[in-house]
Amino acid sequence: MSKKIVVETKDLTKRYDGVMVVDHLNLHVAENEVFGLLGPNGAGKTTTMLMLLGLTEPTSGTARVFGFNSTRKPLEVKRLAGYLPEKVGFYDNLTARENLKFIAQLNSISDTESERLIEQTLEAVGMADMADVTAGKFSRGMKQRLGIADVLVKKPKIAILDEPTAGLDPEGINQILDLIASLSQTGTTVVLSSHRLYEVQRVCQSIGILSKGKMVIEGSLDQLSRDALAEGRYRIEVETTQSSPQLIEVIGKISGIRRVEAKGNLLQISADSDLRAEIARAVVQSNVPLIQMKIQEFSLDEIYMKYFKEG
Amino acid sequence: MITILRKELADYFTSIRCFILFLLVILASAAGLYAAYQGIRGAGSGTSFVFLRLFITSGEVMPSLVTFLTLFVPIIGIALGFDAINSERSSGTLNRILSQPVYRDSVINGKFLAGIVTLAIMIAATMLIVSGYGLRMIGVAPSAEEIIRLFIYFVFIIIYGAFWMGLAILFSVLFRRIAVSLLSAIAVWLFFGFFYINMIVPATAKTVETALMLMRLSPNTLLGEATMVLLLPQWRGVGLLTAGEEITSYMLPNPLSLGQSILLVWPQLTALIALTAICFAVSYVVFMRQEIRAT
Repeated sequence: MSKKIVVETKDLTKRYDGVMVVDHLNLHVAENEVFGLLGPNGAGKTTTMLMLLGLTEPTSGTARVFGFNSTRKPLEVKRLAGYLPEKVGFYDNLTARENLKFIAQLNSISDTESERLIEQTLEAVGMADMADVTAGKFSRGMKQRLGIADVLVKKPKIAILDEPTAGLDPEGINQILDLIASLSQTGTTVVLSSHRLYEVQRVCQSIGILSKGKMVIEGSLDQLSRDALAEGRYRIEVETTQSSPQLIEVIGKISGIRRVEAKGNLLQISADSDLRAEIARAVVQSNVPLIQMKIQEFSLDEIYMKYFKEG
Repeated sequence: MITILRKELADYFTSIRCFILFLLVILASAAGLYAAYQGIRGAGSGTSFVFLRLFITSGEVMPSLVTFLTLFVPIIGIALGFDAINSERSSGTLNRILSQPVYRDSVINGKFLAGIVTLAIMIAATMLIVSGYGLRMIGVAPSAEEIIRLFIYFVFIIIYGAFWMGLAILFSVLFRRIAVSLLSAIAVWLFFGFFYINMIVPATAKTVETALMLMRLSPNTLLGEATMVLLLPQWRGVGLLTAGEEITSYMLPNPLSLGQSILLVWPQLTALIALTAICFAVSYVVFMRQEIRAT
């Protein structure tokens, strides 16, 4: 890949009281992509993010963000990175606008510039009409959105989002995901963590699956699903009234079929694409009465589960 | 740091907590004035430093303004600092701020400074209210020396307040729960205010010297002595000038000069600053090394 790598960790390790939370993690995120850090609770996602930001010191190993060592030069990293914590909180006595203003001031953004930016980001997260409501009155979903605005207001080169969709309703999740997807188009790299797969699948170009602090698998989504499902992406089940070895042979010859397995009257077929039409034709041509045909597409979910069993 | 200082100040001045504290200040000023009004005719006659008497004269039932301040300033200090760090931690704002390009120490410095500014404004308000109304009441203008003495006293009481605020901030760094940090700060205050001098010191010290030494570990004693020396120039404290009580009776009741008074309270000032610095330094170091995770 010719893409510039902007986040890189080398054997990043964190131990809390003898427990390995992050274990020799090697992570690579290319510029302007959305990278999903996946894993069950306690896999070390949050700790990894904290180490990327220099908020937690690694036990050993290094993390680099845009070439800056996160442990040695945390301020440079923090200038470029926006972080949304898992449990985001705001000053309840301040309004949404004032909360953002404070963050803008901490980033030494001028007053005129910040006013424009705040207006813009509140608009982007759909909270323009709530700008002057105090944060104490916000629901969980509102706070999450304000949290995203909080990340955007400093115009980060990289946004590190810890569970950005946690606690949101389906509509809220969709809005946030759309927003995240649009970020990478405007020149922001996104690293997000989640344990919900379909979200990651929707917006991420690359993923890394963490399990017990170790990177189980890392790579672009397309490539991963290809690798993980070497046996074919689709699984088709064909039930006929009787078993027929000849049929198995015919189906096996269709291009794109990986494997055919017979269990009595049931044929289990792995294929690269949806070959139901071809299979149906083969069944009919071989004069075996067809009872039913089912297809199952393998998504990241299965990959995820597959690796989790291994992990 | 200036940004954090500004925000904290804005927070303090708009909070209900601060409103209550200001009420307390006004109440203390009124009570102190009333006490001076009751007592000043008898006590002030024939001596110099009449203006200073406004602050240290107690009435028939009402204690003096200085007593009020000694009592309230720790409360104000604790009230300003007890949830400085742990409330930010529990509300999840701490890691949001720390992920911004600011040094971690500017957070705690900003909070501490904002507290001191608030404290200074409150104490200055009290002293000015009393001075103003007192001036009307007694009709004697303060001399330059009296103003300087009052100013040094002002510095003292701010440092005293800063000590309690530093202690409260320390507890807010150490303890995750706000109730625990508040109660610990109050416990320390009660300990020094009531138990230490009245029970612990008499029980442990064998000689007057050790008793004095032990007493001076308490910030209350340090402030008490400094107050007397500064605001009551005729006062001869035990062990301040003299080692024992027997000499005191031979001394002329002449007021000490300003320079001599300052010289006398210098150790107290240093000790108070040291105590404050220790509190602040410990909370600083602990905070710098602390994990930021919310959980």
